[in-house]
Formats: sequence, structure tokens, C-alpha cells
Amino acid sequence: MIYHRRASPLHAARAAAAIAWCVALGVAALVVSNPVVLGAVALSVAAAGLLAGAGRELRRSLLWSVPLWFTIAAINALVSREGLTVIWRFGDLPLLGQTNITLEATVVGAVNGLRAVVLVLIGTLYSVAVDPDEVLRLFRRFSFSSALSATIATRIMPVLVRDSRRLAEAQRCRPGDPPGRAQLLRATTAGVLDRALDIAATLEVRGYGSARQRARGRPHRHTPWSRHDIGFAVSAAVVLALAVLARVSGWEQFTGYPLLRAPAGARTVGVAVVLLGAALAPFLDRRGIER
Amino acid sequence: MSLIRVSALTYTYPGAGRPALTDVSLTVEPGEFVVLAGLSGSGKSTLLRAVSGLVPHFHGGSFAGNVVVDGRDSREHGPGELAESVGSLFQDPETQIVLGTPRAELAFAAENRGWSAAEVARAVEETALALAIEGLLDRPVHELSGGELQRVALGATLAARPALVCLDEPTSQLDPVAGDELIGLLRRLNEDGDTAVLLAEHRLERCLAAADRVVAMDGGRVAFDGAAERFLVWALRAAPALVTPGARLLAGLELPPAPGVKRARATLRTAGLAPAPDAGSLLGPGDPKRFPRRVQGEAALRVKGVWHEVKDGPAILRGIDLAVAPGERVALMGRNGAGKSTLLRHAAGLMEPTRGRVEAAGRVALLLQNPTDYLVHESVREEVGQGALTRVGLSGLTDRHPRDLSGGEKQRLALAIVLGDPGADATPAVLCLDEPTRGMDRAAKDALVGLLGELGIAVIVATHDPEFAAAFAQRVVLLADGRVIADGRTSEVLSGGTYFATETARILGGAGGVLLPADGVALLRGSDVEVPV
Repeated sequence: MIYHRRASPLHAARAAAAIAWCVALGVAALVVSNPVVLGAVALSVAAAGLLAGAGRELRRSLLWSVPLWFTIAAINALVSREGLTVIWRFGDLPLLGQTNITLEATVVGAVNGLRAVVLVLIGTLYSVAVDPDEVLRLFRRFSFSSALSATIATRIMPVLVRDSRRLAEAQRCRPGDPPGRAQLLRATTAGVLDRALDIAATLEVRGYGSARQRARGRPHRHTPWSRHDIGFAVSAAVVLALAVLARVSGWEQFTGYPLLRAPAGARTVGVAVVLLGAALAPFLDRRGIER
Repeated sequence: MSLIRVSALTYTYPGAGRPALTDVSLTVEPGEFVVLAGLSGSGKSTLLRAVSGLVPHFHGGSFAGNVVVDGRDSREHGPGELAESVGSLFQDPETQIVLGTPRAELAFAAENRGWSAAEVARAVEETALALAIEGLLDRPVHELSGGELQRVALGATLAARPALVCLDEPTSQLDPVAGDELIGLLRRLNEDGDTAVLLAEHRLERCLAAADRVVAMDGGRVAFDGAAERFLVWALRAAPALVTPGARLLAGLELPPAPGVKRARATLRTAGLAPAPDAGSLLGPGDPKRFPRRVQGEAALRVKGVWHEVKDGPAILRGIDLAVAPGERVALMGRNGAGKSTLLRHAAGLMEPTRGRVEAAGRVALLLQNPTDYLVHESVREEVGQGALTRVGLSGLTDRHPRDLSGGEKQRLALAIVLGDPGADATPAVLCLDEPTRGMDRAAKDALVGLLGELGIAVIVATHDPEFAAAFAQRVVLLADGRVIADGRTSEVLSGGTYFATETARILGGAGGVLLPADGVALLRGSDVEVPV
């Protein structure tokens, strides 16, 4: 899940706008519970992934997050004592005691699982579509040391992945019994500090330290907002406002216990449709997306 | 005003028993091209780090004396401030890249200096064009090869147009073509842009011709400071390990040493010793039977039509056929990305060919580029048995921690590990080494040549170093784009080209297939020459 510049409106938008859009969808996934509206958020993310050219990455994330979905649903169904509509009686189970599976606990678990999957997909979309270098530049204005740590952390991971691959390959070249996992782990971690210091030294000699002093005494330069920057910022504001409004006004009601209540009336469907449209609208404008 | 003024600098790393630099004084003027010469551990890298301000601000330790760079005393100004005048490039390109794309990387230093967006964009474009990396600008850095990363790191160093560039063995990961291009580029920057260059390099034959001055370090002290010609005269007397092959050739003919191929040729012409264009070949013309490329009988290693095709990617190897006889010493050469490392991995069974097959008469041992990757235990003794340590001359270091060994010792230990304990493991039929001389000085290379020669098994070395190949190999296989484009006796392959040729061969224009200075002296004096087989 590494950022790769692609020809898409999301990639073309500045990091601040793209982050705001991802955050708005994330907040929407957290505040809404009605399966129709939550489904619309999920659909928005999936469609956005395809339109941003990140379908393969999203599919990969989906493959490993679907078991998470089932796990959350199964655990909730097993441990929740709420709900009145029993669909399966297990009787007495060790540790769990008297266990009845209810429709309500199963559906609530499934909704929470879907929420988790949507958040994972949003995280994936963020990783592949938002330029980390721009994010670091953005956050350097607010917290220099955090941005420094993030830069080192961002670079150290691929370096360590390559180091560990090389280490594993070297161990395959040893005759006789291979070393134990503990020894390999120790050897890998022994290099972490050295590698991090090398990266920090590079940052120093590129003048990262002096940039802090300059940033303090210099007004921030504004670069003009592109159509994509504006599109995703407006989309983020609409999605966020709609999700909060729907939650507060009760347009997306969902009650899990004691009996399921998930109305799918015109208002709820309307919220879902507007949310979907607002989230995907910036993708319709494909002018100037290639770098 | 001097660009760099180092006065009585003595520096000791934290916890070190002795100083890395002792009473070092030198100046560098604006626009000078200075080469730092010296064996490993002589203090070259530490001096570069002192000039960039990393010593003492980043490394700590005990620091006496002064380093003033472009009017800023490094005691009062840290590396971030000195970066306004100094661009630094170190050995390992992987840790020299801190952002996700070359474009961001090139912009980084200029942004840190507070340049406007337009100025940054222009600097990025101009630097990318100068280094021919404009096609890489928007590629993710994790997709770049080592050579490409090194060029991007150099671009990041140069983009903010520093008055001085400090480079620590920047060509160590590059093939001869890219290495020569890099030195040429530095010379052009130096001449056109008036950028001063301070370059630490082991392969002096590559860079002496470009240098205005050479500073030789020995044991943390400045042992010599002067022009390149004078340096060679001094080195012939006081530091033979630093003498270039060309200088050895001229010295053997009792001529004054001259840096660079062009000047060495001119010296020979002036002395009336230029080789005749029809100088006889050492191989014996028209005698291919003396060097059978097809191994008769059982081969130690036989690679038959091996292809390595990456899914959704390029073909790295394209139908390689290669047979290596028992005891044969082969150098595998070619540009970065030609397929050398991949071929060695196939030989050792680390990779499966997509087509073709590999047959070996026994175990194939492989020593990869970074010997530290083999060292996972807490002491040398735990890594490998006593017999193997004795074989590589490390029997006296059994209680040391492997990571505390010097670079050359680590490599010998890793070699002992892959060769195995003579008492416990089967002796390999073939030993493969991937770039074993990276960052090595000449003394260490000579020791490695001796060690490999004593093993008595087939040895295949992937290398970018023609001088090492000439000293070590009986045969050179040249790869390009995954194919074998030349396969022959070392003196055939390494005497006919410009890049994949030794300095002696380049000076003599390939006459007689001579690769090494001693043979060149014999050829020009008309004495009998022993064919290096």
C-alpha cells in the first residue's frame, strides 16, 4: 500500500483537500449506523477507489478485512445478551454459559464489522492516493518535530523491509542449519538505529534543521487552489455536514436492541443518494489530472 | 576568503580509543576540485562529515580545532545552516533518499532554504536535465535501482546549488560507465558552475585527471596535499597502495607519473614508447584453442538457456548459457541492471528460472553484496567453526562481536560462513561473490584476490571494478540487458573497450591485450610477457 502517482482527480488534489475528503468519509462511517447510509459510504469509498485507479489495492484490503468483518459479527452475536429474536440456541457453552444467537446481535455485529471494513478501505485509499511528501510538508508547518519523526518513520520502513529481505536471503546462503528466529529478529532490530541515524543525518545535511528557523519568521506562501482542490474540499464539507445532520435529525435511524429498527424511507434513501453523489462528484471532472 | 578552512582539527568519536582525525589543517578555495585519497579508516569520511557539520553536532565526541565553511564556524553553526553552502552525498543511496519521489527529493533542499515555488521548480528541472533523470522524477523511489537512487541522491545534493559538494565514494555502487559519467558531471559542474568539489574515492584512476589537488590521509592525518602529478610522485615513494595503475606503468618505464589516460599516453608518446598499433597479442593470434569457452567434461556450474521473466515486468535474464570449469575464476561484468546479481542468485538456487535450468557439480556458495547480512550471532565463534575461520585468517578473532569487525574482516567472516566449516560442511563446487570490492581500498582488494586464488574451487565474481577483474579472473563474461555480449579470456574482454577496460589497457589502446602495469612495462620494453591466465 504505497503511494503511486496516478492520473485521477484525487491524486491531482492537494494533500489538505484529499485528507479532508478522506476524514469526512471516515467521520461519516463512524457517525452513521443505518445500513442503507453506511452502505452508501462503503459504496462511495469503493467507487472512489476505482475512479482513482486504486481498485487493485482496495480489493487486496477488502480480501483481508472481510474476515475481520465476519469476526466482529460472530463475536458480537456470541457475546451480546441483548436482542429478542432468537435464531439459534447453542445451550450451555464452556466459558460463555447459556448462549442464544439473536437476529439483533448478529445484525449489529455485521453493521459494526462493515464500519470497520469501510474505515480500512478509507485508510487504504488515503495511503495510495495522498502524497505522503505533501502531507509531511503540510504538517511541518504545525509541528516540526512530529514531521521529522514521521519522515524518518516513513523512510525507515521501506529501508527495513529491504534490509530484512536481504538478511533472509543471506541466511538462505548459509550451509547447515539456519539461525533461529530470535537471532534473525535481533540482527534485524540491531540495524534499525543505525539506519534511522543515517536517514536523520541525510535530513540534517539537506538543511531540514535550518528550515525550522526560516518557517518561524516567514509568512506561509499560498499557492492557488486548483479545480480538484476546490472540488474535494467542497465534497468533504458536504459529506461531513450531511452525515452529522442525518445523525442529529434522525434521518438515518438505526436501533439494534431489543428489536431491530432500520427504516429505509425516502429521507434515509435520499441521504444515502446525496452522500454518494457528493462524495463522488469531484471525480467527474477529469481535466488536468495528469502530471 | 577560502571556502573551507580546517585548522588543527582533532576529533574522536564517542567511545573510540583513538582520534579519527589528528591535527588536520587544510583549505579549499572556491571552485577547486579536491580529491581525498587514503586507505579505509584513514579519516576521509570523518573529514567530510566535519566539513558538513555532522561532526561534532550529529555524532558528538571530542572536537578540538576549527572548521570554517563559507565564513561559518562549525562550532556555532550546525549542519542545517552549513547546508546553505555544502551539499553532502554519502555512500549508501538507500538512506540518502528521504521522500517518496525524485521530484520531491530534488525540491527538498531548495525548499528548506526558503526558495520560492518557481525557483524550486526551476532548480528541480535543471538538475534533473543535467543528471539525465528527468524520466525518473515522478517514479516512486522504491522502484528505482541502486544506480538510479545514487543519481537522485546526487541531484538532491546539487539542486540547491551549494558552493561546495562533499562526496563520499559516490561511485562505489555504480558501474564503470555511470561512474565515469558521474566524475565527468562533477568536473562540468566544477568548471561551469564554479562549484567546489571535495571527493573521497578509492578508485583514484577514475578521478585524478579531474582533480586540481589531492589530499592524502593516513591514520587521521594529512600525509600529502598538492597537485595530482606531485601526489603520484609522492605515492610511488610513500604510499604504494594509492598509486594508480597508469602511474605504475609509467614508473616501471622510468617516466614521470601522469594522472589520467590522456596525459599518460602523451608521456609515452613523448618518450617514444607508444605501443605500435600492431603490437602482438599476448593470447597468440588466431589461437582460440588456448581458451576454450565451452567447458569439456564435467563443469562445476552449467547454466542452460536460463530466462528470468518478472510477472507484469521485464525479462531480467534472456536465455543465458554459461559453463564454468572446476577451479576456474570468472568475472561477471556489465552495467547496473544487466542481470549479474540475478544470474548469481540463479546459480545459488535462490531463484527459480522461468525457463532453462542450472546444474552444479555440488553446493554453490553465494556471498551477497552486504556481508553484515550474514552476521546474526553475538560472537565470531558462534557464526562458524574454527576450521572455516582459519581458512580466511580470522582464527584470532573468535571472541569479538561480528559487528565490531572492520569492513574487510566482516567480509572474510561472511566468506567463511558461506564456504562452511571444512570439518562439517561439504566444500562448495562453486563460490559466487556479488560486488565484493565495493568500498574496498587496493590493499584489501589484493588480499581478497590472494584469498580467492587459494581456495582452488570455481569462483564467479560479479564486479564493476575492471582492475580487480584483471587481477583476479581468468575469464570475463560481459552481460547487457540480460544477455551475454562477450565471453572470453580476461585480456581479450578487458583490453578492447573504454569503460570495461583497465587503465593500463586504455593507456595502451588495448595493445597486446595487456591489462596490468607490469605486463605493459614488459610489452613496451619488448621483453617476454607472461600471459595472465
